[in-house]
Amino acid sequence: MSGINIGVLAVQGDVVENLMSTRLAINELGMQGIVNEIKSPDQISELDGLIIPGGESTMIGHLSLVNGTLKKIKEKVEAGMPVLGICAGMIMLAKKTKDRVVGEMDQPLLDVLDIKVERNAFGRQGNSFEAEISLDNIGISKFRGVFIRAPAVIDVGKDVQVISKFNEKTVAVKKGNIICTAFHPELTEDLSLHKYFVSNINRKN
Amino acid sequence: MIPLSGDIPNSKGVITEKIGSYSVRRGTSTLKRGLAHMLKNGVVMDVTTVEQARIAEEAGAVSVMVLDKLPSDVRKAGGVARTASIRVIQDIMDAVTIPVMAKCRIGHEYEAKVLQEADVDMIDESEVLTPADEFHHIWKWDFTTPFVNGARNLGEALRRIEEGAAMIRTKGEPGTGNVAEAVIHIKKVNEQLRKIKSIYDSGDKQELIQMARELKVSYSMVEETASIGRLPVVNFAAGGISTPADSAYLMSLGCDGVFVGSGVFKAEDAKERARAIVLATTFWDEPDKVKEAQKMIDERHSILGLDVKNLELKMQERGSMS
Repeated sequence: MSGINIGVLAVQGDVVENLMSTRLAINELGMQGIVNEIKSPDQISELDGLIIPGGESTMIGHLSLVNGTLKKIKEKVEAGMPVLGICAGMIMLAKKTKDRVVGEMDQPLLDVLDIKVERNAFGRQGNSFEAEISLDNIGISKFRGVFIRAPAVIDVGKDVQVISKFNEKTVAVKKGNIICTAFHPELTEDLSLHKYFVSNINRKN
Repeated sequence: MIPLSGDIPNSKGVITEKIGSYSVRRGTSTLKRGLAHMLKNGVVMDVTTVEQARIAEEAGAVSVMVLDKLPSDVRKAGGVARTASIRVIQDIMDAVTIPVMAKCRIGHEYEAKVLQEADVDMIDESEVLTPADEFHHIWKWDFTTPFVNGARNLGEALRRIEEGAAMIRTKGEPGTGNVAEAVIHIKKVNEQLRKIKSIYDSGDKQELIQMARELKVSYSMVEETASIGRLPVVNFAAGGISTPADSAYLMSLGCDGVFVGSGVFKAEDAKERARAIVLATTFWDEPDKVKEAQKMIDERHSILGLDVKNLELKMQERGSMS
């Protein structure tokens, strides 16, 4: 196989949008690679990079436990596979979560990034919003942030780099091979974040 | 790819405000349709109590829909079915982390406003409740909260989208435990989509505008839909889903997800069934997993199905005249 092999975790949520954005990003960068929907541990073993898309984190967590997908992702991420977690994906990658209204949560998580995430940190759907933000640390000065019942990072462990804030709330972080955003880059036409993610993936074989 | 744009000029539902030094926009099509995208491949479950909502969340539902009575009880009770108690809706919103939807009567703008003020995540303008206005649906562009609407065919679906619906579901025949009508509706929509797509591909604009007149929608709506070959918003199946196999079957027909009404909480094995239907929806394309899901339930515990031919009340016909 030639080129990089990227997967979008297809348990639930906005999978197709990430598939499209990633394919376009690969094309624009002039790279070689394939992007597929994946939902089994076998498919995950073969990946060079993974996107965990937006959706409902409780559902994605519970269903990824069923066939061993959660465990396999954890192994791969700990071994260095680049991963982009968006909204629910950010929650999945975190060590701990709480909900703004319901409080401390005990939901299946990957527990690979030392952050605590507050779910629904900006409120319910009525408070969902679009705003221009920046991710200067990774060279993206302007980005249209689409926040849908979005989470925010409330505790950041050491070595975790904050790459974007909105009104004092941390909405994107990075550490080594892991990037997380509280907003949805796949719901905009701006490919810069997907391009940044893809350009940091190396072919395994 | 499903378009996320589609705002109309000066829509009252779009609000611009300042937060600190940021200018933010709420109620845009991207945000409304975007929420529906987050629900894809998931199951939305009808609930009437906090306890049911917790069971649904634990089972892996992506959202719950709050009603005063489950559709099959609405059918039995007769009389006028209205929106659920605000206090119950609020208790449920405080108890679960997943999005909470609630139903309002077709055309009842003020039930919808009450639900928006109550801060529900999505409003279902639903034929399960007694219509307040058979001839006019709510002008949904005036709301910041997204709406989901029922449809039996492509014309109904596109008319609801033109009125501002951010998501569509088939109507099926609610509260019957009989999936037959949902199957008919989704196949009808698929058939009509294939038809307009082939007209679009042929380049015959006269025939396409003829289709717009038949479907009673604007030419631009038909053209956009025909060009992508699917509904321009997320489309779930609903009405009569009772078993994991029902759900998997509807997913195989191209739905983006399912609503389960009476099928879960009118069954005698609600907990297992809720979980089983979620599993079958996620893994609908893997028959062995659907079988495993089906094994989790007992047919003797299913809701007793009703033959649609013998029904006095056909909920699906409500609101179809506009």
